[in-house]
Amino acid sequence: MQLYSRRLLTNRIGIALSMIAMAFGLAALLWILWTLFYNGFSALSWDFFTQDTPAPGSEGGGLRNAIVGSLMIIGVTMVVSTPIGILAGIYLAEYGATSRFAATTRFVTDIMLSAPSIVVGLFVYALMVATLGGFSGWAGSVALSLIAIPVVVRTTENMLLLVPTALREAAFAVGAPRWQVSLKVTLRAVKAGVVTGILLAIARVMGETAPLLFTALNNQFFSTDMSQPMGNLPVVIFQFAMSPYDNWVSLAWGGALLIALIVLAINIIARVMFRNKVSV
Amino acid sequence: MSEATTQIDLHARQVKKFKLQDMFFHQVTLVFAAIVLAALVGIIISLTIEAMPAFKEFGPAFIWTNVWNVPEDQYGALSAIYGTVVTSIIALVIAVPISFGIALFLTETCPAWLRRPLGTAIELLAGVPSIIYGIWGLFVFAPLFAEHVQPSLQKLVGDTPIISGWFAGPPIGIGILTAGIVLSLMVIPFVASVMRDVFETVPPQLKESAYGVGCTTWEVVTNIVLPYTRVGVIGGIMLGLGRALGETMAVTFVIGNANRIVGSLFAPGTSIASTLANEFGEADPGLHISSLFALGLVLFIITFVVLAISRWLIKRGIAKQGN
Amino acid sequence: MSDPQTIAVGEAILSIRDLNFYYGAFRGLTNVSLDIAKSQVTAFIGPSGCGKSTLLRTFNRMYDLYPGQRAEGQINFHGKNLLDKKQDVNLVRAKIGMVFQKPTPFPMTIYENIAFGVRLYEKLNKSEMDDRVEWALRKAAIWEETKNKLQQSGLSLSGGQQQRLCIARTIAVKPEIVLLDEPTSALDPISTAKIEELINELKTEYTIAIVTHNMQQAARISDFTAFMYLGELIEFGNTDKLFVKPSQKQTEDYITGRFG
Repeated sequence: MQLYSRRLLTNRIGIALSMIAMAFGLAALLWILWTLFYNGFSALSWDFFTQDTPAPGSEGGGLRNAIVGSLMIIGVTMVVSTPIGILAGIYLAEYGATSRFAATTRFVTDIMLSAPSIVVGLFVYALMVATLGGFSGWAGSVALSLIAIPVVVRTTENMLLLVPTALREAAFAVGAPRWQVSLKVTLRAVKAGVVTGILLAIARVMGETAPLLFTALNNQFFSTDMSQPMGNLPVVIFQFAMSPYDNWVSLAWGGALLIALIVLAINIIARVMFRNKVSV
Repeated sequence: MSEATTQIDLHARQVKKFKLQDMFFHQVTLVFAAIVLAALVGIIISLTIEAMPAFKEFGPAFIWTNVWNVPEDQYGALSAIYGTVVTSIIALVIAVPISFGIALFLTETCPAWLRRPLGTAIELLAGVPSIIYGIWGLFVFAPLFAEHVQPSLQKLVGDTPIISGWFAGPPIGIGILTAGIVLSLMVIPFVASVMRDVFETVPPQLKESAYGVGCTTWEVVTNIVLPYTRVGVIGGIMLGLGRALGETMAVTFVIGNANRIVGSLFAPGTSIASTLANEFGEADPGLHISSLFALGLVLFIITFVVLAISRWLIKRGIAKQGN
Repeated sequence: MSDPQTIAVGEAILSIRDLNFYYGAFRGLTNVSLDIAKSQVTAFIGPSGCGKSTLLRTFNRMYDLYPGQRAEGQINFHGKNLLDKKQDVNLVRAKIGMVFQKPTPFPMTIYENIAFGVRLYEKLNKSEMDDRVEWALRKAAIWEETKNKLQQSGLSLSGGQQQRLCIARTIAVKPEIVLLDEPTSALDPISTAKIEELINELKTEYTIAIVTHNMQQAARISDFTAFMYLGELIEFGNTDKLFVKPSQKQTEDYITGRFG
């Protein structure tokens, strides 16, 4: 009996510990989100969205140029990354079962998914900024694309592989060529999943700071010229948070809250859409 | 019969067109897949080229020399590597048991109706951008840490040899330990998700047969689930390590940005990523930038190796499921 | 077992001679030879794993999709060997259609499901295509149920209706042969009956080869039956004769339920 009660005790302790771990995780999440709201909410005013970043020492201001800049950079990023990611994902799903090249590409995609994003920034700096002589919004988009593409590739390939073989065979059975089976049947069947992948890629690059540090840099003033340094939220937050100016710090919190809200919203939407993974 | 022959002729022409289209399709998708490959190759090549001057000047000793003197153009990566490695280890030491507890909870103890929402909560945490952890760490955590935790720790440790050295120095809140803690919070949701996915690959019949002979939940986990998923779990941990090593924003805000190595965990330090984040913008072309690139190359190689190993382990862990 | 069984009625549209099939190193079909009669229904029966589906899938080169699988021998169609590497696969599939066990409507509208295959090989204007879609849906006995929802997704239909849609889609491209791989095993008895009725009507214009694990179904609808076991063709002949007085003992054992 003593052995049994000892086993029960170990079990109870183990389970209690697991609950504590879960509670810890949730508590940390709530704590962080709560301080984010607490500090950032007051900064979200009308001015926040309509004023540009204030000069050092001056009062008030907003993040308009940073918000617009981020939207433009990410817009270009997704326009570039979506077709590349989807087509590469199609390649891996259609031709990837036996090819060495495909296995290597898959490996590289996985590495790039978790690779340090600051190194991507360095690469694009050497590639575009140093060679072309200046920071630019375009360079920022290239850097973010290198981070977004692997996300889209991975989701697209995984979704395509979920399509039942019977559906593919049925399309081949009416004599359709491979490209039509791939694009008009299997890709269409997983449309929702692919869109989810794109949404997740957007959420991912929204918060990336490091790659933009050496590519788009930042711009104090409102600008829509992508060939010049471009204002963007993450870098502004980075600069402002570490500064001695109160209004700068407050704006940084506001910006952080804005990013967090958008990222959470995208993730939740993607999850809701994800329910219907494959329409077969 | 003539209608049939015309049909067959039309078919033949179409079929030739289809063959060409399929070839085109194959080539196009292949080119796009090659772009991903080209990116990685490009990164390695450009980093190496840019880092060459530094390695030529300092030789391989660059990696283990502890110096970072900008005015005199003397650079060595040791302090940055030290900071990167130590913060990552601290992060894992904290994150692994907690992630394990969370994964255990989600797969075994959690009531069914809570499973989905809590699992989603953890995954949402994984999506929170690192810059948020960074500013939270700087403004919220560090002051609290300096005021309440650090003095208590120092009192606790007292004058014990060696160990007191780890916690020596003024309690300023930011430093290596703080960075490690903030980093662990970043890594937990990630590792917990991977562990949970791996735990879920255990065939229910296996667990049921263990429960059937009267095992407690804890015993099922330690005797069945863990051994079965051992390889995948290690892979997940290494994935967390890979992420931690490369993390910039969560660390830069709270590590203190001091390019030196002090024995204490309370001391400020630097990591490769935070050195790059802080100095690259205003670095002089020449040895300074080249050394920064060299740091980047070192970081990339370390993370590449860790990620490659983790991927191999996770794949093996999942492949076992086939037995 | 390589003497082709002679056909008493009509001509042979497919002549299979010494067909061998391999999944990697495993031999799935051994020396199969038979004739498929034109405008007749030929059923393939046998226990699980006997190779009947494998055999059916050689007729439209479906195995080509999978690198480890290969077929050797002859399947003669209009004087040419289908299995010849030089024979274009898409061409074969345009003339020999297939309906699968699980209803697989394309993720498109009902109209598009039908039009997709037709567009591949024929240039029809809108009204011609409308006519063809209606014709195919009527032939599949599903026009009344779908005529008002042609623009709805194919997936909005019930299981039995989806399968009839798949049949409509297959005959819309006017093949010569229609292959049916256990088309009713996933359906309820009422849908099954409707489809069997359909097969009976279709056979006047198309040659039909059907794989079924339901012997009674084979007995109901087919003119010729082939019994297979472990990759070999054990017996082939007129359905009535095979079920009443089989000439092979194995056939008799299977039909009377002694094994299966």
